[in-house]
Amino acid sequence: MLLQARDIGVHFATPRGLLRAVAGVSLEIDAGETLGLVGESGCGKSTLGRAIMRLVPIAEGELLLEGQYITRLEGTALKQVRPKVQMVFQDPVSSLNPRRRVGSLVGQPLSVAGWSRRDIADRVAELLAQVSLPKDAADRYPHEFSGGQRQRIGIARALALSPKLVICDEPVSALDVSVRAQVVNLLKDIQDRLGVGYLFISHDLSVVENVADRLMVMYLGRVVEQGRAADVLARPAHPYTHALLSAAPVANPALARTRQRVVLQGELPSPVSPPSGCAFRTRCPFAEARCAAEAPLLRPATADGQQVACHFDFSERFAAQATGVPA
Amino acid sequence: MAVATPGLFRRFARNRAALLGLIILIAVIALALAAPTLYPRNPLRIVGPAELWPLQDPRFPLGTDSIGRNIAAIIAHGARATLLIGLFASLTATLIGVTIGATAAWFGGWVDELLMRLTEMFQVVPGLVFVLTIVSILGGTVQNITIAVGVVSWTGIARLTRAEFLTLRDREFVQACRAMGMPDWRIVLAEVLPNALPPVIVLSSLAVASAILFESAVSFLGLGDPQVASWGRLVGEGRTLIRSSWYISAVPGVAIMLMVLALNLIGDGLNDALNPKLRNR
Amino acid sequence: MAGLDVRGLSVSLFTRGGVLPALSEVSLSVQPGRTLALVGESGCGKSMTALAIMRLLPEPPARIIAGQVMLGDTDLAALPERRMLGVRGKAVSMIFQDPMSSLNPVVTVGDQIMEVLRRHEGLTGRAARMRAAELLALVGISDAEARLDEYPHRLSGGMCQRVMIAIAIACRPAVLVADEPTTALDVTVQAQILELLKRLQAETGMALLLITHDLGVVAEMADEVAVMYAGRVVEQGPVDAIFAAPLHPYTRGLLGATPSGGTAGRHTRLADIPGSVPSLAELPAGCAFAPRCPLAFAACAAQPPLATLAPNHLAACFAAQGMPADAAAGA
Repeated sequence: MLLQARDIGVHFATPRGLLRAVAGVSLEIDAGETLGLVGESGCGKSTLGRAIMRLVPIAEGELLLEGQYITRLEGTALKQVRPKVQMVFQDPVSSLNPRRRVGSLVGQPLSVAGWSRRDIADRVAELLAQVSLPKDAADRYPHEFSGGQRQRIGIARALALSPKLVICDEPVSALDVSVRAQVVNLLKDIQDRLGVGYLFISHDLSVVENVADRLMVMYLGRVVEQGRAADVLARPAHPYTHALLSAAPVANPALARTRQRVVLQGELPSPVSPPSGCAFRTRCPFAEARCAAEAPLLRPATADGQQVACHFDFSERFAAQATGVPA
Repeated sequence: MAVATPGLFRRFARNRAALLGLIILIAVIALALAAPTLYPRNPLRIVGPAELWPLQDPRFPLGTDSIGRNIAAIIAHGARATLLIGLFASLTATLIGVTIGATAAWFGGWVDELLMRLTEMFQVVPGLVFVLTIVSILGGTVQNITIAVGVVSWTGIARLTRAEFLTLRDREFVQACRAMGMPDWRIVLAEVLPNALPPVIVLSSLAVASAILFESAVSFLGLGDPQVASWGRLVGEGRTLIRSSWYISAVPGVAIMLMVLALNLIGDGLNDALNPKLRNR
Repeated sequence: MAGLDVRGLSVSLFTRGGVLPALSEVSLSVQPGRTLALVGESGCGKSMTALAIMRLLPEPPARIIAGQVMLGDTDLAALPERRMLGVRGKAVSMIFQDPMSSLNPVVTVGDQIMEVLRRHEGLTGRAARMRAAELLALVGISDAEARLDEYPHRLSGGMCQRVMIAIAIACRPAVLVADEPTTALDVTVQAQILELLKRLQAETGMALLLITHDLGVVAEMADEVAVMYAGRVVEQGPVDAIFAAPLHPYTRGLLGATPSGGTAGRHTRLADIPGSVPSLAELPAGCAFAPRCPLAFAACAAQPPLATLAPNHLAACFAAQGMPADAAAGA
């Protein structure tokens, strides 16, 4: 197993109290595998990604990278692990230092790792070729490139030290549709060639379903459902997953007119004072008294590994709706 | 990594007023450099009759003062003191201000609290009073004035640096540097600082102007170094004869005014040239 | 109620570097009760079109150099600014992408709504307040009366967008221009806002010009679609025809690059369009899409006209015009 996270909790002190941005999240990612992580803004998905990067302090739980505990590594020990986990950021503008040339940006991880100038130049040329950027890109500044090309620069930088795991934090959300597909395809090609594992964070289900082997859905810092991507998308077991799928607009006018939509009422409650019991109950169309009293645990929903955190079993009902056939 | 980017001068020169400021500054620098050649002898020595008006005697194009010293020589040599004090006081202020502002923003928490309260303490004391106090305790040498002016001028720079650092600190490229294991000091010096500097440079160029005014004020009050020719001192010495020979105060006064104006114009020009939002207009 | 009819609208940017064609001969029309979706990627001119219609172009550098914006019998493009003030927010309203920054943070929600009512309807005091509360209730904000005294920062993004919509429809406009109204919102909230816009349109019969880059939103909302590329409308037609039988290679590329709910799996490759959107300063001569187009041939060095190729279905592409529409659809 490449990465294992057990019961990860990330807390932030805010003026209004302790914010449990991530609570009790466990996950596993294998080499060459993509775990999709979806949820709306404020659900803790980016914080989880940054916790795995060890960019925010982990309050609870354990992180294992290739069997090694990295939860509490510091200093040199942490520095030695860092190259194995790298990140592709959301914003192609702010993730690149505007005052550095592309060659210097892509070579930065190498220079931090103590490579010689000559080796860096060779490796940078190789990396630029890998992400299909022209050779002369190295001597230019980021602002001379379009959004999609800048994201390629960010990907080249993440790949510099041959990481085992790449955290992709909304890597295509800021890009135009036509360019989005280019970058998604590039990420897939790289995975096929290098066998890296991806944690692919996105709010956009349509992108995730195109890249993910497995899928995890988060709501208010907790995992509400996970399983094989195809299973979760075809047979969602949690009302929230079902609502997300239903809310995502489909690029098919005929289907859009006929399908049944669940439009969730209300908005995300404050994560500082989450509802008692099941955090989703305030917006859940099926909530009952039990949901306020008792927090549901993640339990197996089907035989093939799909798990859900809900007291009730909705998979049959949702599966019927997902195919467009009224239940 | 240089702060200057290609085309910086071209963008600067698009602002005509800034170009004029730069020309005045270069002229003053040239005058300061040429002073030992033009007037090799001590400028504070008596060379002719007192209160000779400008252009009256070709040997003294700017006239002589109340005791017969050559005003042109004092202006030329004074330019050296003025420029040196302005430059080094501004450098001192920038060094202190950037260090304190950057430290406060980067570490945050109680460090930020402490440093910002310290900054406020310096801000509430009127600058001139502070400078005069230091100078009257330590003596009015050029070094002391420079340091005193530097110590009172850093607060604005510290606040600006802190604000810039706060916005840059959370940019994703800083996180990317962390993720690759770059040590904090390198992130601060090589990544964040060059991005934070452009507006700070503008403020520093304005600090040179205010340092010159401070120096003039100190010298005007007669607390400066009596062995050093200074514009402010000449203004002060001429004030008793302001009814009859007003030119004694007016000539160095105009020099100070032009110099400060030039530096402000340059500051404005730099602001336009370094501001990326205006770059494509 | 009158619809909106844009005819041959051209806007240029007068910059230091030269005159750039931001919009070239854009013609659109939206009938009352209908929705026209204006689709395209960043920099294609869709927001510029909205601003030109509202006469909110940043002048300088932008200026309308040709064309009309007809609202009934009035040409908005030719109205003096003083008279435009009476039209904007009354007959034609607009909502923006970022609801948080579209509201004034130091003025209460109620005062911002009442300002419009006072200006255009002459309502003041008690009457204005009652109408404002009514509007908030209409856009689905519960406890409307109390919400009037809230400041925008107390509201979530979705709530702010509802308030923006309340302000926009306060004077029952004939036309609502919505510029990426849900781009900054989460999907579940996006669904709420789209539903709200549909409901309001059904109730008031206003014409909706919906600007978006999201083909999913288009499929959900639009009756007609206009696809823009590099400042021109390259394809225009009924929504079903655009999705089922797109004529322009750019539209086909966009559709191919959009993962289409449910069917695509892990191992399907998304079709991508090579290259990126050209900047206005370096537009190629002739068809601007030609350098990225798989079908480009010699003729594309000239600008293809927007021609009707199927009922109500127009495309500006020599390749599409050269072959029958159903052949293009099969490709």
